[in-house]
Amino acid sequence: MTVLLFTILTLSVLGILSAVILYFVAKKFNVEEDPRIDDVEKMLPGANCGGCGFAGCRAMAEAMVREDDISSLFCPVGGGDCMKQIAAYLGKVAPEKEPTVATVRCGGVCAKRPRTNTYNGAKSCAVASSFYVGETACAFGCLGYGDCVEACAFDAIKVNPETGIAEVDADKCTACGACVKACPKNIIELRKKWPKNRAVFVSCVSKDKGAVTMKACKAGCIACGKCAKVCAFDAITIENGVAYIDSQKCKLCRKCVNECPTGAIVLRGMEPLPKEPKAPAAKPAEKAATPVAKPVEAVAEKPAVAEQKTEINNEQK
Amino acid sequence: MKTFPIGGVHPSDNKKWSNTKQTEVLALPDVVNIPLGQHIGAPATAKVAKGDKVLTGQLIAEATGFMSANIHSPISGTVTAVDMQPNGQGLRQMMITIKREGDEWMPEIDRTAEIKRECKLEGAEIIAKIKDAGIVGMGGATFPTHVKLSIPNGCKAEYLIINGVECEPYLTSDHRTMLERGEELLIGVEILKKALNVEKAVIGIENNKPDAIEHLQRLAKEKKFAVKIEPLKVQYPQGGEKQLIAAITGRQVPPPPGLPIHVGAVVCNASTTVAIYEAVQKNKPLIERVVTITGQQMKEPRNLLTRMGTPISTLIEMAGGLPEGDIKVVNGGPMMGRAMVNLDSPVTKGCSGVTVFAGQAASRVEADTCIKCAKCVSACPMGLEPYLIFRLAHKQMWDRVEDEQITSCIECGCCQYSCPAGLPLLDFVRLSKQTVMGIIRARAAANAPQK
Repeated sequence: MTVLLFTILTLSVLGILSAVILYFVAKKFNVEEDPRIDDVEKMLPGANCGGCGFAGCRAMAEAMVREDDISSLFCPVGGGDCMKQIAAYLGKVAPEKEPTVATVRCGGVCAKRPRTNTYNGAKSCAVASSFYVGETACAFGCLGYGDCVEACAFDAIKVNPETGIAEVDADKCTACGACVKACPKNIIELRKKWPKNRAVFVSCVSKDKGAVTMKACKAGCIACGKCAKVCAFDAITIENGVAYIDSQKCKLCRKCVNECPTGAIVLRGMEPLPKEPKAPAAKPAEKAATPVAKPVEAVAEKPAVAEQKTEINNEQK
Repeated sequence: MKTFPIGGVHPSDNKKWSNTKQTEVLALPDVVNIPLGQHIGAPATAKVAKGDKVLTGQLIAEATGFMSANIHSPISGTVTAVDMQPNGQGLRQMMITIKREGDEWMPEIDRTAEIKRECKLEGAEIIAKIKDAGIVGMGGATFPTHVKLSIPNGCKAEYLIINGVECEPYLTSDHRTMLERGEELLIGVEILKKALNVEKAVIGIENNKPDAIEHLQRLAKEKKFAVKIEPLKVQYPQGGEKQLIAAITGRQVPPPPGLPIHVGAVVCNASTTVAIYEAVQKNKPLIERVVTITGQQMKEPRNLLTRMGTPISTLIEMAGGLPEGDIKVVNGGPMMGRAMVNLDSPVTKGCSGVTVFAGQAASRVEADTCIKCAKCVSACPMGLEPYLIFRLAHKQMWDRVEDEQITSCIECGCCQYSCPAGLPLLDFVRLSKQTVMGIIRARAAANAPQK
């Protein structure tokens, strides 16, 4: 009986003593945490993708609460609405950023970029690009082993087995930039996202000279400069043997698309301008041509619809 | 018989295809492409421009700094371009293109067959001559020889080790050089001994080349060369610098930044030693080398004395052309060589052979899953854990990879050779090494201004 009593007594005293010590320790080392951090974290998408540059949503929430000026912080997944909501809650000015979308700038599909060899090393773009050019003669194009696919947390990028090139699902893409970092060839770029996923961009990053590019890939940019000449908005620059369209300056006028001799300039979500016979007249004539182009464009859309119908009919058959 | 203590594998040597073939002189190429970066260190700086006339042996690109090497014209003719061109792996590299017109040599080069043994030059003069001749390690690593011979303060060379191991399967260029140019090799050893001020010189040769061992032993005895010929037990990668030092002296080179000189050893390849003889005694820069063109399916494997810059396709034609079916052409041997995609790429200073595989041998086995059998660990001659590095590289944990001493890796390929699952271990180990070296360099660059 005494043993039992002694045990209970000792344990109780120990328990009370520890509780008192812990109480004071907790008081002394208490970390005051802003309750707003939890709230902001809840408002963030919770993808923990790292697209904001922080280790996760919690770290981003802490930064948003801590900083007075949050204009440099932006969650690409949540986008403008999410940022506005958080800014309103915190009483700060919402950071503004245009929505962007990851764009794969390589048009070297199998048909246009012939395979010159077969690779059977480790299926990793990082490995392949570390020691050799790739299965084609182009040293700059998409290798298609899918490092970007592995990096994507949103299932928004896939390698198309038919073309051998990574393709972005613009609706799923959150522009977190993980694929941009994963691509050893620096092919993927975050570009301005237009409504209805419209886009015009140079789908080539080859720095080779025109002749070398052409030999390796029929869809490559040869830096002929025709697009830059025709651009009325000064959006196209030609550097290191490749054209680049600044998505901030581009107004989607699509003139460059028709000018490009190799088809390296890609148009998405829109119909191309109708091809006109080359007029010898210079700029004034072009200006006059623009308003005329619109109705023609409307006409041009119709055959596309007709084509779709025939496809459906074919399937039914 | 001596060998190195850690790891190693025994691939079949396959040297029988070419080791009895006398070295032949390859016809002069009509056009050569000379890459500016064909050595470890900074690429050389071009000293010629389009339209310039050059003579054979003329300096066309100068070393950029200490850790670099001069490059000389292998033929006489006109420079037609200095431009980016694809190398053997298809990657763009700056190259000088020269179109041949005759074969006119620089006048100071001694082209007679006479063998000059006496060397009156001082140590520093010898090293300066080697530097001018643009000599780099011809076993494949292409480390500038003058850098190796410049002993840092506080160190002393005790051993000069000549690497006649040629442990890489298939290749026989060093073997043939030792047989055919034994006396020049031994004079080269004497010159190097003088340059380094060392007493002990050892030529390490693997036991699968008994003719070379016997030939050099006899020559050394007959002509009174103070050099020891050390037969070594066959084991890959004995030709690795650190492995050879361990085999001959029993000393272990400390991990990076430890260098062979820290254990008192300087290692020089056999072909390089012959090139050193030619540079010092004959004023001849490094413009040609013996290249083995071999492969089980090749009609006529050969050893060819080739001018630098000759397209590799020419060598393949000389060996009877490519066999039918799936082909893999490797610059180097099967263990350390690099598969090529551009056969018009040139022979460079480090190209000791070209190996052609056909049919099944051309492709790898399909990769399976790692069962952690640790065969790669016991095979690794540097005591690393390749399976772990492989996994860490997949997760891109580069700091952990660095802790695993990846910078010690000599990329010998023993891990991949020994892997029963056929995993691409070497691919990821090489990637890891490259990435970690990049991180270390970036860190050094970031820390430099603070000093």
